[in-house]
Amino acid sequence: MNLAPASTKAWHRKHLLGIEELTRDECAAILDTADSFSEISRRSRKKVPALQGRVVFNLFFENSTRTRTSFSLAAKRLSADTQDFSAATSSLSKGESFIDTAKNIEAMGADVLVVRHSTPGAPHLLAQHVKASIINAGDGAHEHPTQALLDLLTIRRAKGKIEGLTVGLVGDIAHSRVARSNIHALNKFGAHVIICGPPTLVPRSMEPLGCEVAHHLDDVLPRLDVVNALRIQFERIHKGFIPFPSVSEYLHFYGMTIERMRAAKPDLLILAPGPINRGVELTPEVADGPNSAILDQVTNGLAVRMAVLYLLSGRTHPHPHEHDDHASGIKPRQRSERRAE
Amino acid sequence: MSRTETRLCDAEGMNKILDQIAERIASTTKPESRLRLIGIRTRGVSLARRLAERVQVKIDKAVPVGAVDITLYRDDLSAFPHWPVLFGTEIPFEVEGADLFLVDDVVFTGRTVRAAINAICDLGRPARIRLAALVNRGPRELPIVPDIFGLDVGEDLSRPVFVRLSEVDGVDEIIQVDDTAHPDGIVPRPRS
Repeated sequence: MNLAPASTKAWHRKHLLGIEELTRDECAAILDTADSFSEISRRSRKKVPALQGRVVFNLFFENSTRTRTSFSLAAKRLSADTQDFSAATSSLSKGESFIDTAKNIEAMGADVLVVRHSTPGAPHLLAQHVKASIINAGDGAHEHPTQALLDLLTIRRAKGKIEGLTVGLVGDIAHSRVARSNIHALNKFGAHVIICGPPTLVPRSMEPLGCEVAHHLDDVLPRLDVVNALRIQFERIHKGFIPFPSVSEYLHFYGMTIERMRAAKPDLLILAPGPINRGVELTPEVADGPNSAILDQVTNGLAVRMAVLYLLSGRTHPHPHEHDDHASGIKPRQRSERRAE
Repeated sequence: MSRTETRLCDAEGMNKILDQIAERIASTTKPESRLRLIGIRTRGVSLARRLAERVQVKIDKAVPVGAVDITLYRDDLSAFPHWPVLFGTEIPFEVEGADLFLVDDVVFTGRTVRAAINAICDLGRPARIRLAALVNRGPRELPIVPDIFGLDVGEDLSRPVFVRLSEVDGVDEIIQVDDTAHPDGIVPRPRS
């Protein structure tokens, strides 16, 4: 037929900076696109030419294995060129500023910058200074949007829905960007969120984000359909601030153990953003058990990052009247009209 | 500024064309080969299913159907203001060594077929790929020729041809549009 396929109307953004500012439709557009990308990862030849000639730069000012390699691999599966930048070996140590570093990288022809930084808002700052698309891969304790999206995708695939589920975010909420992004994302899809952990790590002040606050896991456990066991971020817990008396006490009150699994719904889904501290947030029997979707999260993370790279790259040639064009159904370029079938 | 539609073919005519194409597919396929149909999304998939139903009766063997989404293989992807919705490639059989028929509604520039061939060959090495289409329309921009087609509508760029199918559009028909408001053949997309 002499038509181009329907376009992703729900997606108009150049950057992915956080979940908070996204609509439910925008989140759904990413999840649906990710679903169709999953097939590529099951092929023996795991590559499609969609982003041929595009350059994706990983700018990581904080350590990461999962997220950085996941973004690199996602970009490679779409045939983009990728380059890693790590702060430790860069000219930052010679005093170059954050924005100057990014501008220099952009001058090398980067189309997408994947940014992780310990300062909240760092990706938002970059978005104001560079022309490339910015993806927030974690900014301090603020947001980690692709992690929340891959959690949503994992829940949606395992449960068939998100709406109406009760999801427990257990552990270090205060220091967790994953928790913030997850609360926003789950609320948009109509899930009920309970944050649970010791009062030192689960402040009541987070209630206005749209969640129930609990300090006793065993009280709320029977209501939960999903437990997301967040890592105790020892590296963010500064000296002199001890959030709980001991690791074994944490496991006793908040760890996901076989005993707790017996008290929970039989189909309780276990998520953990990783890296996991075995024997702290959850025991090995639970992490590797039949209810655990921890490795599915890693697989789904790749599909979500492919989806985000794909959707953002579509905006590198914005058309001034694109909204009008869509209203009338007239596509702006003759090139795509002329193509056929 | 007038837009007129001429119906080239109704449901009955389309049935006849599909019967003919199915007959040709059956008669040109060796009994020992692994015949598989792959429809190009969206309407090619519905057509492939209808053809498979007919062909498997004739050859007395199941003819599996797959669907290919060419979006990620398009050569004009960067020209889109928003990138297209992906529906995904779903090929539930081994492509390696298979005797494949690509099915689409209209073959026009040939670029979609090129993309589909690339997409399929990323999954394996088929024994051969042939091409069947309801409508053959020019001018072609790549050296691609359908092995089997129903209607030939010539090369008039100002008179595009659309196939409507009951599964997608609620009606079976092939129409040609005369649109003097769009002499270059730029036609607003009909909303389905």
